[in-house]
Amino acid sequence: MRPFEAIRLAFLQLRAQKLKSGFALIGVFIGVTFLIGAWSIVNGINRYMVDKFAGTIIGVNTFHLRRRPAFTPNVDDSTWRQWARRPRITFSDAEAVVAGITVPVLTAWQSSDNITIEANGKQVRDAEVTGATERYFEIKNLTIEQGRAFSAQEARRGVPVVVIGSEVADKLFAGRDPLGKTVRIKGEPYRVVGVVAKQGKLFGFSLDRFAVAPARSPVQDQVNPPGVVDAVIVKAGTVEEMRDAMDQAEGIMRSRRHLRPAQADNFVLETSEGVLSFWAGIQRILFVIGPGLVAISLVVGGIVIMNIMLMAVAERTREIGIRKSLGARRSDILRQFLAESAMIATLGGMLGIATGIMLSILLNVVTPLPATVSPLSILLGVALGGGVGMLAGVYPASRAARLDPIVALRQE
Amino acid sequence: MSRAQEFRTGDTPLPDIVILTHKLTRDYDMGSEIVRALRGVDLQIRRNEYVAVMGPSGSGKSTLMNLIGCLDTPTTGEYWLNTQKVSALADDELARIRNKEIGFVFQTFNLLPRASALHNVELPLIYAGIGSRDRRDRAAHALTRVGLSDRMDHKPNELSGGQRQRVAIARALVNDPSILLADEPTGNLDSTTSQEIMGVFGELHNQGQTVVMVTHEAEIAEHAARVVTLRDGLVATDQLKAA
Repeated sequence: MRPFEAIRLAFLQLRAQKLKSGFALIGVFIGVTFLIGAWSIVNGINRYMVDKFAGTIIGVNTFHLRRRPAFTPNVDDSTWRQWARRPRITFSDAEAVVAGITVPVLTAWQSSDNITIEANGKQVRDAEVTGATERYFEIKNLTIEQGRAFSAQEARRGVPVVVIGSEVADKLFAGRDPLGKTVRIKGEPYRVVGVVAKQGKLFGFSLDRFAVAPARSPVQDQVNPPGVVDAVIVKAGTVEEMRDAMDQAEGIMRSRRHLRPAQADNFVLETSEGVLSFWAGIQRILFVIGPGLVAISLVVGGIVIMNIMLMAVAERTREIGIRKSLGARRSDILRQFLAESAMIATLGGMLGIATGIMLSILLNVVTPLPATVSPLSILLGVALGGGVGMLAGVYPASRAARLDPIVALRQE
Repeated sequence: MSRAQEFRTGDTPLPDIVILTHKLTRDYDMGSEIVRALRGVDLQIRRNEYVAVMGPSGSGKSTLMNLIGCLDTPTTGEYWLNTQKVSALADDELARIRNKEIGFVFQTFNLLPRASALHNVELPLIYAGIGSRDRRDRAAHALTRVGLSDRMDHKPNELSGGQRQRVAIARALVNDPSILLADEPTGNLDSTTSQEIMGVFGELHNQGQTVVMVTHEAEIAEHAARVVTLRDGLVATDQLKAA
């Protein structure tokens, strides 16, 4: 038999047995789609956490000096009590750290609370109101769209000026120019000097409902006790510089707190890695469960394909007998079935890839997850889905091809 | 019988002897007992003979037919086809012989149900490695020979029993085999259609085709020039009809 003949025969067969071929094809298709889809979701969640979540909360190459971690999942009571006993970070701690770090870094202080902002008889409830120093905007990558950030001088003197988020500007001033206008936070007036460009949402929470005023302005009374900051933010250019800066900050704080070498730090230096380590825990679970689910779906899909193929071959034992009686060799029979299975696997695999990619694009459009299709998942999907399909088709066929023609012919 | 060659193990058949079996046996292991279907059949068939093999059921005639058709392998003994010792051949060689030397016509037709008449007739040519255009021409020619030139694109279930058997005959002939083997070719047909099919066989024989046919109907065996009767796995009678 000519090599091309096997493919032609297989094609004729698939056309003749549309339903059965269709089911086998769907088996491969679902397996591949599911694998690519699940993989791209896990990938998407991962990218979302790393890029957006951790980046927004802490920032790249950035650490926070705090009394206790800001991001605290699953902490027991005794740890909480211990954290509550720690001394707070003071203005003078902050000044000492900022002055003491010799590595080139950007620094800012920050204290925040959720407070209502008012103007023109309108309110924005639960806005994140922050008392900070002037570099805060640079460190947080906040783009000033209108006006300007407050200056170092204003920060030092505690001038009551404020930079507001775009949602706050829209709600309080509804299209009118907010610059130079006054907003009130707990009754205290602040002059709006800048508006930050729209940032969008994170987990459905607006990132634009905030206001930032100088740390030494009256806002301090609303966000922290006098002379206390939530965090000193330090942003370095590289990871190495960040590590050096952390070492220096730790040294400065330890000596200010008079800690002996045996004593643990009574403050924390929190990096985005710290936040991410929590995520890494979840990720570990996802990466065990995800592929587990995929594997189960492929096994189930494989069993379905195998059953369909076994049925098909059992049904076609007589056909195999006829073909052998007409001069088909064992290898001719095998090649025909191999071509059939390969066609089903290829077609199912291609449809699966297309659907998997579309699924991931759909996820990108309708959810905030940046779902991406990894080439590895396509490879794995095709290898597993296709492999299962081929194996399921060829194994029964190779058994049938070994039968004596007369035995195969007697099968009904 | 006078024309038969005196054959001993180690000999080679004369060139015009198409089929020669020597002490051919076939045992079936049925688990509890061994069924001896053939117990040593000596048979010689020359080119352009028309032989009917008869016998009651269980006499071994179908087993003999399957052995001659290379669908089955003997337990002991020799089988020579066209001076080639078939009983010593491997699997792929047997496939080649089934393909080139033997045209088989079955009682149940054994057509592929989902393929057209033309494709069914093409099958042996596919396994012979013949190109698709040549194949179609030859298959169409074979179908024309059995009077089905207007039914080539019909599937088996769209054809009558007689037409199906004609498709099977066309398929058996398409590779110009040395022998045409028919196993109860009229077993599933009514008597009128049976006569038609026997007419086709008669004509093929007249054109020089060697025909071997298994039947249990004396009426059908009448058409053959020579009748071999089997009983209990052995040749009981072997008679040439006076032409």
